[in-house]
Amino acid sequence: MNLSYLFDPANWDPSAAGGFPQLLLSHLWYVFLALLIGTVIALPIGLYIGHTGKGSFIAINAGNAGRSLPTLGLLMLMVTLLGLGLLPVLIALTVLVIPPILTSAYAGMRTLDRRVVDAAKGMGMRPWQVLTRVELPMALPVMMGGFRSAALQVVATATVAAAVGLGGLGRLLIDGLAVNDYSRVLAGAIVVAVLAVVLDLFLALVQRWVVSPGVSGRF
Amino acid sequence: MIQYLQNNSDTVLAALRQHLYLALVPVLLGFVIALPVGYLGVRFPWLYHPLVNVCGVLYSIPSLALFVFLPVVLGTKILSPLNIIVALTIYTVALLARTVADGLRSVDKLVNEAATAMGYRRTRRLIDVELPVALPVILAGLRVATVANISLVSVGALIGIGGLGQLFTRGFQLFYLEPIIVGIVLSVLLAAVADLIIVLIQRAVTPWARA
Amino acid sequence: MITFEDVVKIYPGGGTAVDHLSMELPTGKMTVLVGPSGCGKTTSLRMINRMVEPTSGRVLIDGQDVSGQDEALLRRGIGYVIQHAGLFPHRTVLDNVATVPMLLGKTRREARTASLELLERVGLPTEFAKRYPAQLSGGQQQRVGVARALAADPPVMLMDEPFSAVDPVVRAQLHTEFLRLQQDLGKTIAMVTHDIDEAIKLGDYVAILRQGGVLAQFGTPQELLDAPADEFVASFVGRDRGLRSLSFDSAADVPVVPPASSADLILEGGRPIAWRTASGDRAIAGTFTKADSLRIVTDLAISSPVGIAVRVDDNGVCDGIVRHHDLVDYLMERRAS
Repeated sequence: MNLSYLFDPANWDPSAAGGFPQLLLSHLWYVFLALLIGTVIALPIGLYIGHTGKGSFIAINAGNAGRSLPTLGLLMLMVTLLGLGLLPVLIALTVLVIPPILTSAYAGMRTLDRRVVDAAKGMGMRPWQVLTRVELPMALPVMMGGFRSAALQVVATATVAAAVGLGGLGRLLIDGLAVNDYSRVLAGAIVVAVLAVVLDLFLALVQRWVVSPGVSGRF
Repeated sequence: MIQYLQNNSDTVLAALRQHLYLALVPVLLGFVIALPVGYLGVRFPWLYHPLVNVCGVLYSIPSLALFVFLPVVLGTKILSPLNIIVALTIYTVALLARTVADGLRSVDKLVNEAATAMGYRRTRRLIDVELPVALPVILAGLRVATVANISLVSVGALIGIGGLGQLFTRGFQLFYLEPIIVGIVLSVLLAAVADLIIVLIQRAVTPWARA
Repeated sequence: MITFEDVVKIYPGGGTAVDHLSMELPTGKMTVLVGPSGCGKTTSLRMINRMVEPTSGRVLIDGQDVSGQDEALLRRGIGYVIQHAGLFPHRTVLDNVATVPMLLGKTRREARTASLELLERVGLPTEFAKRYPAQLSGGQQQRVGVARALAADPPVMLMDEPFSAVDPVVRAQLHTEFLRLQQDLGKTIAMVTHDIDEAIKLGDYVAILRQGGVLAQFGTPQELLDAPADEFVASFVGRDRGLRSLSFDSAADVPVVPPASSADLILEGGRPIAWRTASGDRAIAGTFTKADSLRIVTDLAISSPVGIAVRVDDNGVCDGIVRHHDLVDYLMERRAS
């Protein structure tokens, strides 16, 4: 196993354009952008469908449809349609973020105990209070689950997106493969895998922190 | 589009065939491995949480990273289809082992006690009672794994073996939409058909769950 | 007072849930709505706090039409207890109870202090305050549900099958505690149950509804037992209604004869000890006082080996006995008058 690229200090120089720190930062930036835009679009729709029950079939099928979309095909379609650049890639990444977030927001709202919601209304909470003080805290574990799989999906797809010109850690894999520099490929694979695992762990901690012990059962 | 399909039917069919092979062999392998692994997580309760955590970590590794990493471990060539098959098998096991464990854990304790009281031994009870009762949960996991595998295979095109994914890279290199669209449509259709087949199997083997 | 004025509820596409219902639920009393499933009892209850809007007719609280009031404000002034309590799983017991006071603008500190007192009042130790609902038993959850409804000290309370999700022993315990609480608080309560025994035990008034949301009879439990309006009410209150009706009659006037008139009663210092029977002495199983009900007297008389119920005074000294045939004559006379 040739780890020379991974352990070459020059590649860890924060000011080096192709070094790990900068690639990691840009990778995280794309992930953040796609998650932000995707959440802003998908969360209200998922919550609305879950809250009202209108359009359930959209929410149920969005998850399946999203899973079956080949990510590489979507990326290449967008770039072929719109040309190289951040925008087409970001559109593709966002399209992949939407289904898990939408479906989990819907599922979180649907699976919570309606009797509790009834009690909240009966005690005199206004619809907005019922949503923010009762429904959201109860639906949070399911919603966080969807957010975590969306985050993993984007980390993976942003790597693949190096094949259509995006920066980030995928560059190490794609460029390394192009010039048969297997040490670089391996370094890229390891760093991106560690990033994914650490990000998921971090989100798991966030989940533990924001979900009430009364809901998660961790008293 | 029709024109493209007529002119390239051989290429498309070959890609489709490879795609099916690369996606479904791991589903079968993964299913066979996940059953005993998942059962261990139930038989030995202390194993459950480690199992779930390991599965979670494996499942979170990005596909391209796993595809290029496996040759180091397996000693295969980077262009070998085995890398894709092993990688997707790992994902399938990671997803299904947990599902199997959760499915078995969801079996009503009273049902198990009733079976034991009637004189079932552990192995026979597992086969006759626990697995059938857990089947709807397990098959739901199988659907997710199958659909995910079918869409993941394409990424393999970046290392030269990706079934329908090769249509994407070709279209991208030639700046030509038709193969990309054909590839996406076929991949999604394949996933839908595979999903449907599992649903039909599920209906056939768990008639009690339909009520 | 809660007033139903010719209230009708027809669900879109469904049948009639409530059919021209008119009744008055008196202030400071507990009125129990009871009937088989599909009789519209829960729908009627939910129209009081506008969880359901009537198709026609009016519901008034102290003369004020509820439909003219802001839904949320109206509900904050009405306690609401439901089956399984409907506690917020993500909030501690204390914060569950503090919900309505906080909605009404109390500070967290004020609301929590008041809630802590309420927890004790419903019989929960204060160390439960920091727990989550999932850590409580069904009976404890139901107590928290009652405390939560009482938190803002509302004059009116609605209770939808509040005790039906717990086992019979705990239920009986909750009944007793709740009756004691209501004696202190004197809330105007509307409660729904499908259990006629619970209705008779808890209600100052009982409204029996029949399928299709028609009021079959409204009255005190004893009125329902003594004079059921029709066959439906009679069968609903049960076959032993004659016996159960006796629980509402005082034993103060039951005719007694001196203890000495029975040779079978063994006394020791004036206190009843045993019966002398052909098969030897048998300990006395129980006695009654003037404060007890006729049902207890009857039960004692028919379960005694010699057919006699023994009355004692406040010191436990026997001051009279009732022979079973005298008791039957007395009951017949009462019924006739």
